[in-house]
Amino acid sequence: MAERTVTNQAEPVAAVATVEGGKRQRSHELNALIGLVGIALIFEILGWIFQGQSFLFNTQRLSIIILQVAVVGIIAIGVTQVIITGGIDLSSGSIVGLTAMVAMSFAQVGTYPRAVYPNLTDLPVVIPVLIGLSVGLAAGFINGALIAYTRIPPFIATLGMMVTARGAAKWYTRGQPVSFPTDSFAAIGQGMTPVIIFLAIAALFHVALKYTVYGKHTYAIGSNESAARVSGISVERHLILVYSIAGVLAALAGIVIASRGLTAQAGMGVMYELQAIAMAVIGGVSLSGGRGSIVGTVIGAAIFGVIISGFTFLRLSAYYQEMIMGAIIVAAVVADVYRQRYRTSAR
Amino acid sequence: MASDGIVLKTEGLTKYYGGVHALEDADFTLQEGEHVAIVGDNGAGKSTFVRQITGVEQPTAGKIFFDGKEVTFGSPIDARDVGIEAVFQNLALADDLDVPSNIFLGREETYFNLGPFSFLNEKKMYKRSMEALERTGVKIPNLRNNIANMSGGQRQCVAISRAASFASKLIIMDEPTAALGVQETTQVENIIRGLKKQGIPLILVSHNLRQVFNLVDKIWVFRRGKIAGMLEADKTDGNEVVSLITGVKTGVHENASYI
Repeated sequence: MAERTVTNQAEPVAAVATVEGGKRQRSHELNALIGLVGIALIFEILGWIFQGQSFLFNTQRLSIIILQVAVVGIIAIGVTQVIITGGIDLSSGSIVGLTAMVAMSFAQVGTYPRAVYPNLTDLPVVIPVLIGLSVGLAAGFINGALIAYTRIPPFIATLGMMVTARGAAKWYTRGQPVSFPTDSFAAIGQGMTPVIIFLAIAALFHVALKYTVYGKHTYAIGSNESAARVSGISVERHLILVYSIAGVLAALAGIVIASRGLTAQAGMGVMYELQAIAMAVIGGVSLSGGRGSIVGTVIGAAIFGVIISGFTFLRLSAYYQEMIMGAIIVAAVVADVYRQRYRTSAR
Repeated sequence: MASDGIVLKTEGLTKYYGGVHALEDADFTLQEGEHVAIVGDNGAGKSTFVRQITGVEQPTAGKIFFDGKEVTFGSPIDARDVGIEAVFQNLALADDLDVPSNIFLGREETYFNLGPFSFLNEKKMYKRSMEALERTGVKIPNLRNNIANMSGGQRQCVAISRAASFASKLIIMDEPTAALGVQETTQVENIIRGLKKQGIPLILVSHNLRQVFNLVDKIWVFRRGKIAGMLEADKTDGNEVVSLITGVKTGVHENASYI
């Protein structure tokens, strides 16, 4: 029974993306929104059938969905911009792990006897935060510089960073978790603060992508890199900027997670890069570059959250959930490929 | 040198790609207000020549003079800055952006300067795009449409309007009608005639000799990376041009593939 309901879930997501082939194009965002409502309603109905209770009208569940989405969503905002340039960032999950470790090591309380830096405890909260963000900035900068100047595919460059950053996270404390943060550091991830951070970041980059030169050039590079170059856009510098932003946002997510969990472990953020990519693609960001929006990704993130939470709600085993997430990612990309094909044939 | 009315001049312009001599010793001149064509077989060095004078590539040897001064173009931006605009065959437009964004790509109008995060003045770009399209006689129903949703002709017209609206001194078009239908080709040709009236010099790379004879004053023939000769359009005919293109003096029929 469980499997049956499951296959039914995956379809609307794919449909969301393909409906767009209609004559008078509806926006990706609207389609994604319709998909979100549809999926939520399906879970609502299944909830009454199988669990005898409402899926949506449950504040606790809603707040869990929103929180889950918020942390990975912060990463997805950065990844969205990378994908719009026609690239990909596989390193964000590892950057989360590395920055969580590094930031936490500068945020420990003095009363804890085995702090990583016993002489650097009880520091003001800005210090671990800035150090953490700098680590993400450095990783993103290296990604961007490699891609822009050596012309290696973004897939390879960020795959390298994925492995390297994870290795660095483990090396940093020889695999030991880092715990006991100061109260002010712990406050970053408490309550609904991560959600506020997510929404603020989303709003900021929505404006940047839509109304600034930065956004115009981001779309232009993903659309036609040689045109962008001939038009006088410094493609190299722009790519470094975009990957750096993605690195910083992954770092921010790492700080939030460490703060929320009151501990940092080298294994934090595993698979987050794929979840973030899935959120973006479900939200209508095209893997071939040039198209997508922050609004789309936010809706994509919500869809992602509803599906995960819906499966948990229906008491579907965690193993199935992972397998289905994989299928959803592939389905979203397949939908994107068909969308491309439709576009090129329509011209 | 500025006084003798020469806009662009190259001396011994040479480009090697490894061992391939794509362009050798090209001496080229373009007078003020003049429209010239560059013709030649595939691989004759036409596009290579264009890439050197638009800054897309840097020549192996030789000099370029523009407006009487020697120039070296490190990038297309340098060429643009002195007033040279180019319309490339297929690499100039960003499909996922609308018309004003494409026309102003790389030189966006902003409200105030915040580096890359400067806010775009979309209204001004829209207005000026309308004006640019009107000047070149291009009609596009909705400027807010993405370029991807437009026909090949409309796209090319946008690219040409963009070049025409910024080019102060010289426009270079590399096969602007190669992928267009008959009507669209006529439209592009009319735009070119308009530029002639405005007195903006033009270099047209074309395979289409009929078009060349209709539009330009002088024909520069390239053959095997060298300039084979220059002919005045009204003092020559298709036969002579084709002879130069193919390296044969006589015996070429009007219905050769170039005509």
